[in-house]
Amino acid sequence: MGPFVPEPISDQLNLLVALLLGIGFGFVLEQAGFSSSRRLAGLFYGYDFTVLRVFFTAAVTAMIGVLLLGYSGLLDTDAIFVNPTWLMPTIVGGAIMGAGFILGGYCPGTSVCAAAIGKIDAMFFVAGGLLGILGFGEVYPLTKEFFESSALGPVRVYESLGISQGLFAFLLIAVAVMAFALTTVIEKRVDPAHAPSLAFKHWKHIAAGAGVVILGGILLFLPDRRSHLIEKVSSPAYQSVLRTDYMDSDELAFRIIDHEPRIQVVDIRTPEEFKTLSLPGSRNIPLRDFFGKESVPVFSQRHVKKVIVGASEDQERAAFGLLRELGYENAAVLRGGIGLFSSTILQPAAFEPTGSRWDADVKKFRAEAKTTLLGMIEESKKAGTKVVKKARKIQGGC
Amino acid sequence: MNTKYMNPYLAGFFLGLVLLATIFITGRGLGASGALKSIVVAAVDVVAPAHAESSSFYGNYVGAGKENPLKAWLVFEVAGVLIGAFISGLTTNRLKIVTESGPRVSSRVRWVFALLGGALFGIGAQYARGCTSGAALSGMAVLSTAGFVAMMAIFGAGYALAFFARKLWI
Repeated sequence: MGPFVPEPISDQLNLLVALLLGIGFGFVLEQAGFSSSRRLAGLFYGYDFTVLRVFFTAAVTAMIGVLLLGYSGLLDTDAIFVNPTWLMPTIVGGAIMGAGFILGGYCPGTSVCAAAIGKIDAMFFVAGGLLGILGFGEVYPLTKEFFESSALGPVRVYESLGISQGLFAFLLIAVAVMAFALTTVIEKRVDPAHAPSLAFKHWKHIAAGAGVVILGGILLFLPDRRSHLIEKVSSPAYQSVLRTDYMDSDELAFRIIDHEPRIQVVDIRTPEEFKTLSLPGSRNIPLRDFFGKESVPVFSQRHVKKVIVGASEDQERAAFGLLRELGYENAAVLRGGIGLFSSTILQPAAFEPTGSRWDADVKKFRAEAKTTLLGMIEESKKAGTKVVKKARKIQGGC
Repeated sequence: MNTKYMNPYLAGFFLGLVLLATIFITGRGLGASGALKSIVVAAVDVVAPAHAESSSFYGNYVGAGKENPLKAWLVFEVAGVLIGAFISGLTTNRLKIVTESGPRVSSRVRWVFALLGGALFGIGAQYARGCTSGAALSGMAVLSTAGFVAMMAIFGAGYALAFFARKLWI
């Protein structure tokens, strides 16, 4: 499952990957004609919309790819870098860049391309870019406050708009195809003699456009796999037919005290809840992280029983179902959740005899278990809580 | 030799695949202006190391325990862009030392405006946390709000100012 950085591709190897991907990037940009400033500027005067075509086709292609890879589970879309939004700085910075585009005729990526094939104006543009950044760096303290204003974090555009991911993808594709058709008409009006002739025939364009819009239509009905699965396993209807294995508080306490190697407590509560109280040797894996790469080694050991601990039994059953859906075996649900475990073992109310002949033994066991477990919890707190190795957040952006 | 440009949709498709491969393999997008920033940071660190370390801007990238700023993903990627574009120019016979400018401006005027445009792009890319590649294109591919805002701001401003800059191009 992607992404493959930092594991198995190391940071060092990643630099080589960067070089190779950069070669592909540069080659395609140059092939597309992005090494020509007049061609780039044509976008703004209606004589050449190449930039719009290449740019939107690329964005739509990559977006569809990311959605499909994410849906099929081949790419962990929660692990990839999503550019965080600083709303006002982005608008202002974008406007400054737009001015730079129309005056300079390039953007940084295309200027590097053009400089590579000998365009002197592009070399000036690159030099200007360096000077601009230097200037920014020198006055940075003055502008820091604005620079860091209106931070919204890594929000996705469909969340900002309040629509579904699929609907947004469909709309974007539809807008792109319409823009392609419209700009071709504009080009022919503005400069009929030099309008870029396209190698494809008309009907092929129309067929391709229709095909992409249909693909967008399919995306519209493709729910995000994670949300879909989590919703499915959380529904009472699903849980009522799910054959769940249980473990009760006494057994779990016994096996933890016994340091039994064949159980692994998986705590599905939020990291905050986990911090306040966690069982010795337990690992904190909230439901959404069940899909992540880091969780695979924890779940895939068949001979180890995964004991799911959550705030409520419903949540635990959902996690149990999710494990089953993801193809993992040998799990059990802690009966009554962490709450019952606490009130039975850790902070027990007065012992209520059940009339069983083992009552005395149970009472004795619980009293001992309480002391031992509290000691173990204290110790593991001192040693630092053990959280599943969270993959280092991937850095990106410019 | 073929000197024609590739069909834009085909080129866009390939560009999309390169970007998709980047996201799939490395979990991050493509970029360009970040490499320029690394070069500036490295240069300032060489010329005035004390100034670089004390600066709230450069200080994030240099100083004790920090990697050489040139050992950055984007620096290697942009080095690749240079190589890739050069190969493309070589195979299509487009390698030529030349200044490209609109029909009504001299080379010198073109250079001045290229320098100015580059500077503006460099500044704008800091505020927007990326340029057309890193913020707009890569951001759009992962459906980040920032990507779409950056794209609209860049092209919106371009169109808004196109009339005033028309002598440069047409």
